[in-house]
Amino acid sequence: MTFGKKTLSGVHAPHNKHATEDCSAVRMPVPEKVYISMQQHMGAPCKPLIAKGDTVCVGQLIGSSDAFLSSPIHSSVSGTVTDMIEIINVNSVRAVCVVIETDGKQTVDESVKPPEVNDTAGFIAAMKASGLVGLGGAGFPSFIKFNPKNLPEVDTLVVNGAECEPYITTDYRTMIDAWEDVIDGIAILQKYLDLEKAVIGIEKNKPKAIELLREKTSGMKGVSVVELNDLYPKGAEKVIAYETTGRVIPAGKLPNEVGIIVSNVTSVAFISRYMKTGMPLVEKTLTVDGSAIAKPQNVTAVIGTTYRDLAEFCGGYKAEPRLMISGGPMMGTAVLSDTYPVIKSNNALLVFDSVDESQLKETACIRCGRCIRTCPYHLMPANFEAAYQARDTAMLRKLNLPLCMECGCCSFVCPARRPLVQTNRLGKKLLAAEAKKTGGKS
Amino acid sequence: MSERFVVKSSPHIRTDVTTQVIMRDVLIALAPTLLLSIYAFGWRALLVTAVCVASCVVFEYLSRLLMKRENTISDLSAAVTGVLLAYNLPVTIPIWIAVVGSFFAVVVVKQLFGGIGHNFINPAIGARVFLLVAFATPMTNWLIPQQTDNGVALVAGATPLALLGQGNLADMPSKWQMFFGLRGGCLGEAAALTLILGGIYLLVRGVIQPHVPLMFLGTMFVLALLMGVDPLYHILSGGALIGAIFMATDYTTSPSTTKGKLIFAFGCGLITMLIRVFGNYPEGVSFAIFFMNILVPHINALTRTTPFGVLKPEKKQAKEGQA
Repeated sequence: MTFGKKTLSGVHAPHNKHATEDCSAVRMPVPEKVYISMQQHMGAPCKPLIAKGDTVCVGQLIGSSDAFLSSPIHSSVSGTVTDMIEIINVNSVRAVCVVIETDGKQTVDESVKPPEVNDTAGFIAAMKASGLVGLGGAGFPSFIKFNPKNLPEVDTLVVNGAECEPYITTDYRTMIDAWEDVIDGIAILQKYLDLEKAVIGIEKNKPKAIELLREKTSGMKGVSVVELNDLYPKGAEKVIAYETTGRVIPAGKLPNEVGIIVSNVTSVAFISRYMKTGMPLVEKTLTVDGSAIAKPQNVTAVIGTTYRDLAEFCGGYKAEPRLMISGGPMMGTAVLSDTYPVIKSNNALLVFDSVDESQLKETACIRCGRCIRTCPYHLMPANFEAAYQARDTAMLRKLNLPLCMECGCCSFVCPARRPLVQTNRLGKKLLAAEAKKTGGKS
Repeated sequence: MSERFVVKSSPHIRTDVTTQVIMRDVLIALAPTLLLSIYAFGWRALLVTAVCVASCVVFEYLSRLLMKRENTISDLSAAVTGVLLAYNLPVTIPIWIAVVGSFFAVVVVKQLFGGIGHNFINPAIGARVFLLVAFATPMTNWLIPQQTDNGVALVAGATPLALLGQGNLADMPSKWQMFFGLRGGCLGEAAALTLILGGIYLLVRGVIQPHVPLMFLGTMFVLALLMGVDPLYHILSGGALIGAIFMATDYTTSPSTTKGKLIFAFGCGLITMLIRVFGNYPEGVSFAIFFMNILVPHINALTRTTPFGVLKPEKKQAKEGQA
C-alpha cells in the first residue's frame, strides 16, 4: 500500500510555534539565588562535593557520582552555597538541591579550559566531564550514548532537529542562530567517533532551517538534511532513526544496534562550544510561552533558575496561572508550583491561565480504534486500558506495553478523552511491581 | 509555595473531535437520505424517523436513570441508533412496532450490556432482526414509489430483491432508477446516491475508514460475478449500501485493526450473498452484519498489531519447534 518512503503514524498537533519562532534566545541576568538539583539526568543522582558556606565559581564541579549511568553537575553561577535542601524534582524523584546565593560576578572557575582531545577515548572523557546530557528532553548522559560497545559498527549520526513538540522553538533557533556550531559539532562527532554519514532530520514546518542547513552542509562529506513530515512525534528517537535512515531499531534496543547514534541538534551545537571553551553545561535555552506569559520568548537561563524567576523575566504572568508545564504540551509535566528550578534537559516552560475542563471529562470508550491507528509504534492503547483495568499483567506484557514511549498521541486523538497515556504509565508500574515480587521472572 | 497549579497527566492538548462530534457527523451524513425518503415515501417517512429517534433517546435517558448511571443522551449515539433503525423499517410500519424496536435497540441490545462501547451487536441491526422475526408481515409490507406526472405515487408491491428472487425481471426498476431513488424498500433504501454522498462525507471527516465499505461491497461484487448474478444490481438493491457504509462501520461492533476490518467486511459480503442467492430470505445484509458482529471479539484477538521493531520470532520458533 505504501509507495516510496514509509512514515510512521502520529497526530497533527497544532504547532503553536509562531509566538517564539522568530525570537533569538535572550540571555537572562543571573538571579539572586539558584537551586541546582543533583538529579538532572537519567541515571544515578550525584553526590554534592561542596558544603554549606563554600564559595563556588562558574563551571566548578559540584556534584558527581561513581555510578556508570550518571552525569556530573557543575555550578552555573559564582557565589556562596547557603543551603542544601531536599526537593522533589519535576519527575517526582527526591533529590538533594544545592542553594547558591549568587554574587553577580560570574567568576569563571580555573578548571574551565578547552579539553585536550586527541582520540576517541579522550573525546568520550571530555564528553563525560562536560556534563552533557541529551538536551531534547530525555536527559540521557551523552558520553554513554557516544560510546556504545559496537562503536566500530556504528556508521551514521542522526542529528535530531525535528522539534515536534508544539510551542517549543529552541532547537529551531539553534539551527538558525548557531548553525556554525551545529555543523562544527557534526564534524567533531564524525571525526572522533569515525562516523561515515550524518543525517540531520528536520520537520517540514521549519523550511528556513532546512534550507539553511542544506546550504551550509553542501560541502561536507556524507552529511545530508532530510525533511520529515510534520506529524507528531517525528522527534522520537526510533521514529527519526527510521525515517532518516530506514533502519528499524529492534524493540528494547538502543540505536547503536543498527549502527546509528542519535543526538539532539542543540546537544551537537553544545559539543562544538565545549571543545572551544571547556565551559560545561551550566545554562539552558528554554521557550517560555503560553496564554499566561506576558512576553513569550526564548530565554537562555543558568541551570537552577526557578520557573518563577524565568516567568518574571518574561514580563511576569499577565493572567492568573492555572497550568504550568515543564516541557511541551504533548509530553511535558504539569507542575504544582513555580518554585521548581530549571534543569539540563528542560526545553520549555509553558504557563496557561485556564484549563479546558471539557478535555478532562472522560466518557466511555467507543472502540473507534483511533488510538491504535495513530500509535507510531503500532501498539494498542485501548487494549492496554482494558488489560490494566483487569490487572491482567500477562496480557499487558503480551501487548508489549513496555514499548510505549508515552508520546501522547493516543490520548490526544481519543474522542472519549480516556487518559490512555496515564493508564500506560500505571500499567508499567504494575509490571515493575510484579517483576520486583517475582525477582524479575515473569 | 504561593501558587498551586492544576496537576494532570500529559498530553495537555487534545483534538476537538469528541464522541458527540463523531455522532453529529453521522447524523449529518444520514440527513440527505431522510430528505429523499420523504420525497419518495411521503411525510410518514419523517414521522417514523422522528418516532424512532425520540423513543431511542427517551429509552436511553430512562434506562440510564433507572440504572443510576450517568446520563449519556448528549453523546447523540441514541439519536444515531434511532435514525438507523428508522432507515431499516418500511414506511408502512405501525408506530407502536417502531417504538418496540427502539426499546429493543437501546435497552436490550445497548444498555443492558453497559451502554455505548459495550454492545456486541449494532443496536439498530439487533432491533431490525428482532422485528423481522417477530413481526414478519408488517416488516415486509412494502410500498413502491413511482414517479408520475403529479409527483410520486405509492403502490403496493415487491422490493427489487424480492422480484430478483422470484425471477421476475420484467417488473424490476432500472439501475438508474435504483441509483437516484424511488424504489421499494425500507426508508434508508430509497436511494443509493444519498447514501454514497453520506459515506463520502464520513470519509472526508475521518469518521470512517474506506476499508469496510469497499471490502463489503467489493466482496459482494466479486461473489455476484462468480454466482452469475448481476453484481451492480445486488449492490444497489436492499440494504447493501446503508449496511456497508453506516452499519458495518459502527465502531463498537467492528474490529479495531485494519486487518480485522477487512476480514470482518469480507465475512459480511460473503454471508449477504449466500443468503440472497441461496437462502429463504430475499435480503441478508442485516443477518450478515449480525453474525459478523458476534465474531468481532475473536477477529480482534486474532488480528493484534505487531509493534514497531518487534519481529515475529514466536511464529518462526513455534514452527521450528514442531519440526
